[in-house]
Amino acid sequence: MIKAILIFNNHGKPRLIRFYQYFAEDMQQQIIRETFHLVSKRDDNVCNFLEGGSLIGGSDYKLIYRHYATLYFVFCVDSSESELGILDLIQVFVETLDKCFENVCELDLIFHMDRVHYILQEVVMGGMVLETNMNEIVAQVEVQNRMEKSEGGLSAAPARAVSAVKNMNLPEIPRNINIGDINIKVPSLSPF
Amino acid sequence: MLQRLVNTSNAMSPSVPLQEMIRAIRSARTQCEERGVIQRECAAIRAQFRQADNGGRSHNLAKLLYVHMLGYPAHFGQMECVRMIASPRYSEKRVGYLGAMMLLDEKQDASLLITNSIKNDLSHSNQYVQSLALCTLACMGSAEMCRDLAPEIDRLLRASNSYIKKKAALCAVHIVRKVHELGELFAPAARSLLAEKNHGVLHGAVVLITELCERNPETLERFRKTVPDLVQIMKGLVISGYSPEHDVAGVSDPFLQVRILRLLRILGRNNEAASDAMNDLLAQVATNTDSTKTVGNAVLYETVLTVLDIKSESGLRVLAVNILGRFLLNNDRNIRYIAMTSLQRIVGTDHNAVQRHRGTIVDCLKDQDASVKRRALELSLALVSATNIRSMMKELLLFLSSCPLELRSQAASGIFNAAERYAPSQRWHIDTILHVLTTAGGDVRDETVPNLIQLITNTSELHCYTVHKLYRALLSDISQQSLVQVACWCIGEYGDLLLRGECQETEPVQVTEDDVLDALETVLQSHMSAPATRGFALTATMKLSTRITDNVDRIRSIVSIYGSCIDVELQQRAVEYNALFKKYDHMRAAVLERMPVIEKNSPGHTNGESTREAVKEVQPAKVKQAETLLPQQPANQVCDLLDLLGGSEEPLQSNPAVGSTVPVLPISTSSTAGGDLLDLLGGLEPTPLTPAPTVTVYEKSGVTLTLSSEKQSDSGLTVTLTASNSTDSDISSFTLQAAVPKSVQLHMKAPSGDSLPARGAAKVTQMVVLSNPNKVNLKMRIRISYTSQGSAFQDTVQVDSFPEH
Repeated sequence: MIKAILIFNNHGKPRLIRFYQYFAEDMQQQIIRETFHLVSKRDDNVCNFLEGGSLIGGSDYKLIYRHYATLYFVFCVDSSESELGILDLIQVFVETLDKCFENVCELDLIFHMDRVHYILQEVVMGGMVLETNMNEIVAQVEVQNRMEKSEGGLSAAPARAVSAVKNMNLPEIPRNINIGDINIKVPSLSPF
Repeated sequence: MLQRLVNTSNAMSPSVPLQEMIRAIRSARTQCEERGVIQRECAAIRAQFRQADNGGRSHNLAKLLYVHMLGYPAHFGQMECVRMIASPRYSEKRVGYLGAMMLLDEKQDASLLITNSIKNDLSHSNQYVQSLALCTLACMGSAEMCRDLAPEIDRLLRASNSYIKKKAALCAVHIVRKVHELGELFAPAARSLLAEKNHGVLHGAVVLITELCERNPETLERFRKTVPDLVQIMKGLVISGYSPEHDVAGVSDPFLQVRILRLLRILGRNNEAASDAMNDLLAQVATNTDSTKTVGNAVLYETVLTVLDIKSESGLRVLAVNILGRFLLNNDRNIRYIAMTSLQRIVGTDHNAVQRHRGTIVDCLKDQDASVKRRALELSLALVSATNIRSMMKELLLFLSSCPLELRSQAASGIFNAAERYAPSQRWHIDTILHVLTTAGGDVRDETVPNLIQLITNTSELHCYTVHKLYRALLSDISQQSLVQVACWCIGEYGDLLLRGECQETEPVQVTEDDVLDALETVLQSHMSAPATRGFALTATMKLSTRITDNVDRIRSIVSIYGSCIDVELQQRAVEYNALFKKYDHMRAAVLERMPVIEKNSPGHTNGESTREAVKEVQPAKVKQAETLLPQQPANQVCDLLDLLGGSEEPLQSNPAVGSTVPVLPISTSSTAGGDLLDLLGGLEPTPLTPAPTVTVYEKSGVTLTLSSEKQSDSGLTVTLTASNSTDSDISSFTLQAAVPKSVQLHMKAPSGDSLPARGAAKVTQMVVLSNPNKVNLKMRIRISYTSQGSAFQDTVQVDSFPEH
């Protein structure tokens, strides 16, 4: 079982965290810090398996990680998962991200954190490996994104909305309303 | 500005407000600024949540999740998640479920509220909504939710498309983990899923079956029938031609292959028939898989593990171990790491095969990778045997001096265990322990000090050598507390040997009494010494007062100075030693005499533990003792002598069936200072020796026990106990346990059997070897236990005299 999936950069800032077992929030942050501490000490030519890390689990757990440019992808797994298999899974996940984001870089992960979660959801579910076929994953993610977009509304297509509002004919707003004895000063609204 | 943002965000994500916020957070230059930005955002989000319905709800939750990832509190979003999940819009559901998985768990009350939504969504017409519900259930479904929804999952397992089926399978795994009994429910569906063609579904099915089999042995039995199907699927994967959609670097769906191999391992374990069915397949996979890529290695590795775990034929096993050997020599560190992990698993069963690779493994101890080092250490410790102990220990000690900190205590305790089991000589053993204490004294366990002391006292011929070595070690370094403690103890005990200036085993030191006292005083006064260590040093100084001749006054003055020490423990000791000098000077020699040989644990001698306890109390320098040295409970100690199984005197006395009386040894000196330490001052009345060679020591209920003894040497005696049964029913589980006075060593050999057939048809004999170096009066208490006609009997008898030739 995969206990957690963490992606953080070379300075330890988290880019994606997914825990498949409940931890309190401060515990989660501690785990991220500890994992970063362990992983960043490693040379580039040593093996990708790490033991130790007392917070995330006992002797049965190990950290399997891969370092791509500025990002560390860390999977915390127990002995029921094949270590080499997980290493390959990380590769599949990253390639999938690359396909979905077109030459993915760290900024993509930062600004589209929710999208990355949805992609991950197609790969790992409930701590277990769900799908490893990259094309299948990408296809499913595309369908779901199209569904979301087609729901319409301001959130789905801001460009259209903006132009629609701009083309609206709004009547002139009076500065002062003087009706009989009532004197209302209308506050000025900033133009859209 | 909006136009620009729209252009830069790619087609994937329309969540502009989220990006704005992220940009704002990133532009904060300090942690404080970032906190400020986030607090403002959170306040805005909270306000938005309170509003009834607004179009940007999903954005707010997404923002909250981002903030949560950075580590800021986000619990106020929990109810919003619940609301979003219930929304009809897919975009809102999606974020709602994601929020639920991140923020909720079964301990929160809000999680109950989503049960109904999940239930509804599981039957939704849109498969992607169904999949969201399945995903969430699999992530954080509580036991109640699982129980509620299990039938739904079962339905989905049978009748839906492959996308849903594979998700339902993993959801079922989660359910089974939470509620074990539901495994029964899913077994039939799991079985039928094996016929699917879709790899995702197959994968899910195999995972589900694996989980079911691991939980329940009966299910395992039933699923054994699927072995032929699994073999078929594997064959299809291995032999089939190039199938591009499942291909990863030339291997056809390696993930599925690995899963199936694992399941085959579980099914074939301990089962000849299933193992036979797999043999051909495993051989095929092992030989055909391309090992130049990582994926190929993953499959190969899994195959090796399976071969070694099931009842495979020997040719296949040899092939598997050879593959592991090849892995061990691979340049890729990952592969070497994996190889050592698997060798660790089989070192118990295929020990010789692993021994062949010992050289490579020992080389890995020197690898710069800490993970590889760790594996190599564990494996090396497992490979230590009587034949290779010397060379292995050399390597291990070398490793200890340069190993990373987190491995040191593991290495030290491993070395101690190995040394204890396979030490070729006492001197080597002592040398090894001393070496470890000098290198890694700070990382050893607490029991090391008393263990080492016991070892030293037992090796009487090496006392001179040991004290010389320890003295030298003490002179060079007093920072390693364990070493200093042992050294002080030895100098106190054997200081006279040191001063004598001659030693056969090693270069003797020419020291004066002042030098030795200087060394001890340095330890006493050093700021590096722990309080316990100073206690050791003070007691050692005191002991020397009887072993040296000239500087007794110096010792007296040291002791009186410490009578006003701030440390209560030291002060107490000093005051009592002072008393020894003043009022009880006549007892001083007796009190501070050499310690008796501490008995070792020997098989059949169940008194070992309690004796050790008693002796530990007696050791004046025992670290853990907080109470005072002199007024010990003497009755407790002397009773421990002959006390079987560590209990107190009482249960034995209350046993009415005991044939002979159980005398409590006279303890006339219980109130004085010195009497309790050693049994030298307690009187053990000598009894006349009986001339008969065999003596019947016990005769009751038809069970007779006779004893005959033979003198082997000046202090050695071999006692033979013979038991016979004259009743009409057989006796089984016949065991004898024996206890002897403290200074006597006892070694019980294995009995000839444990059943006594009726009417004296056969006897049981057991030899006991006694060693009585101090020539105390030999007594032995024997406890007899056996089962006759279904009920258990127990009896004790004391033997006060031994017939001797």
